[in-house]
Amino acid sequence: MPIVQVRDLVKDYHMGDVTVNVLRGLNLGFDEGDFVALMGPSGSGKSTLMNILGCLDRPTSGQYYLRGQDVSRMSDDALSEVRCTYLGFIFQAYNLLPQYTVVENIELPLVYQGITLDGTTTARCVALAEMVGLGDRLDHRPLQLSGGQQQRVAIARSLVNDPQLVLADEPTGNLDSRTSDEIMVMLSNLNKTGKTIIMVTHENDIAAWARRVVRLRDGRVESDERNDTKTILTPAG
Amino acid sequence: MPTDATPPTWVLAFWIVAGVVGLVVAGLAAFAALRLVGRTKFGRTVLLAARSLWLHKLRASLSVLGIVIGTSAVIALMAFGKGSMQDALNDIKRQGATNIIVRSVKPTDDSATSGRSMVATYGVKFADLERFATFNDSLVRMVPMRVFPSEVRYLERLDSKGRLVATVPDYQTVNQITLASGRFLTDEDEHNMTNNCVLGSATADRLFPYEEPMGRTVLIRNHRFFIVGVANDRMPTGGSGGSQAAEDFNHDVYIPFSTCRVRVGETVFIRTSGSRSGEKVQVSQVTLTVDADFDTREGRMKVKAVGDSIKDIMKEDHKADDWAVTVPLDRLEEAERAEERFTSLLVLIASISLVVGGIGIMNIMLATVTERTREIGIRRALGAKRKDIVTQFLVEAVVQTTVGGLTGVLFGVGMVFGAPLAYRTFAGGNLPAVLDYRSIILSLAVSVVVGVVFGLYPAWRAARLDPIEALRHT
Repeated sequence: MPIVQVRDLVKDYHMGDVTVNVLRGLNLGFDEGDFVALMGPSGSGKSTLMNILGCLDRPTSGQYYLRGQDVSRMSDDALSEVRCTYLGFIFQAYNLLPQYTVVENIELPLVYQGITLDGTTTARCVALAEMVGLGDRLDHRPLQLSGGQQQRVAIARSLVNDPQLVLADEPTGNLDSRTSDEIMVMLSNLNKTGKTIIMVTHENDIAAWARRVVRLRDGRVESDERNDTKTILTPAG
Repeated sequence: MPTDATPPTWVLAFWIVAGVVGLVVAGLAAFAALRLVGRTKFGRTVLLAARSLWLHKLRASLSVLGIVIGTSAVIALMAFGKGSMQDALNDIKRQGATNIIVRSVKPTDDSATSGRSMVATYGVKFADLERFATFNDSLVRMVPMRVFPSEVRYLERLDSKGRLVATVPDYQTVNQITLASGRFLTDEDEHNMTNNCVLGSATADRLFPYEEPMGRTVLIRNHRFFIVGVANDRMPTGGSGGSQAAEDFNHDVYIPFSTCRVRVGETVFIRTSGSRSGEKVQVSQVTLTVDADFDTREGRMKVKAVGDSIKDIMKEDHKADDWAVTVPLDRLEEAERAEERFTSLLVLIASISLVVGGIGIMNIMLATVTERTREIGIRRALGAKRKDIVTQFLVEAVVQTTVGGLTGVLFGVGMVFGAPLAYRTFAGGNLPAVLDYRSIILSLAVSVVVGVVFGLYPAWRAARLDPIEALRHT
């Protein structure tokens, strides 16, 4: 049973009288523990697919099974529940809350899970911050951190609820290549510990970190390949 | 005498110190409590709301200005309203709130005046007094009096403004007369129809500028009266309440009621600036004090019931309109009604200012929601439900208005204590202000409600945002 399964996924947008068919019947399945790179030119529908996979949007038709459960017709509140329980998000623009410290940013998903914050949760957040190498910056605010550091906070945040699936939307889009590599090492290590990761990117060398590359074009799957030949690399010097 | 005059300085200082200490303690307690509740979801929401407001201190404080002004106005105005009400109340209490006053009134037409002698016959009769006595069970006392202007002489000296007041010993209790020297009239005076008298302070000063009046004899209407006492200055009654004219009591000369009845009789000729008029009156006024507590509803009903019966008796006995019944309690209730109207007017004004304040809050919250669209998107992506977003912004609005309300209460209380002090110091007058604790609770409650009401729409707008759109917002 794949952790993510979409069937005949269709998404239309209505802009005035014009209907734009963004996704035109996608059929995809991602296995648990996989590391998938979604690629494609702009307008190919990869962002829309990410939004649907991230339970931020609902398909016009078709089904989306997450852990075998059809979430494509769930209510808004139920989707919120799914997001904070099973999903972790990493964004291109980091999307940390500027008024919160590192630890407070990391613990935010727990708040919406309804977990009472106490010493245990704080310890968990601190441990995650240390894991991403920010143990000495727990009380810093995002604006006091570099882009790479902010993205590492975001990674820690995406892991705090121990998600089944981590969705990364161009996680290195705003970073230089050196920092990008650091982030990708972190993600691939994460994948090695068993987390399923779906990542949107349009850079081939970032996609090379993934085990599987899915290319979309005009709302359809153009190609779906395994990076079997390529060993997962540590950053080349 | 009013005991609510200027409080001593140390009392004021004590309250100021107590207030400051109280604020500090309350602040520390609130801080500790916040640390505790900060771990709960709601407490955290409140703390974080306060923190995001703190990011825009100036903006937040400007936007709650309306609430601050509204609440402080409510508290200050209610205090001043209550203060002047209490002033009026004290005035009425001086008159006796459970009294019923029956007075003789000369009819406006000439029906009472007999053609030849020009003597007007009217007023309350002894027979009426006897009928009033049937209410003895409900009465504490009944004080009849016969009052008419009369010159008072001592040797060659004359007090032409003198007023003869023939009455019973209880008069002293009813009118709270204190004596500078000697004694007031007694039951023996009344019973024996003695020619004793008590002088008002002004008359005593006029007739005895150099000597001690006690023990001397004055001449009133060709009768000699032996001075047994001199009264202290007595505050004139205010001329308020329609039929109740302003009176100066300091030229009064008090003699026993019974003495007057036998020595002067009913008919009195009064000379005023050359013209002579006569009146034949048995009793000028009767003050009946009802045995009741005017603070209770039952007591008030009792006073009114007795008052009504008295009126009925008077109506039965008198064909002419030569009497009037005054119930000070009516004035009291009138004053209370006036205060009620005043209060509801205040509430109206205050609610207008609070609505204006609320609109200010709504305005700023709408701006905040737009400004923080991205934050809303992030929160939604991380699993915040719509109601979490609503709660967040609602709490932010309520925290703002509550802090505004608290500030307004501080300002208002400051005004209540500061304004009379400043007024006394700089203008020398008395500005009565009584802090009504209900007004504090009321205005705080209203500030919270305003926060909820005017925060609801912006919060709903925030929650309605599409997470994807919100995330894309820069």
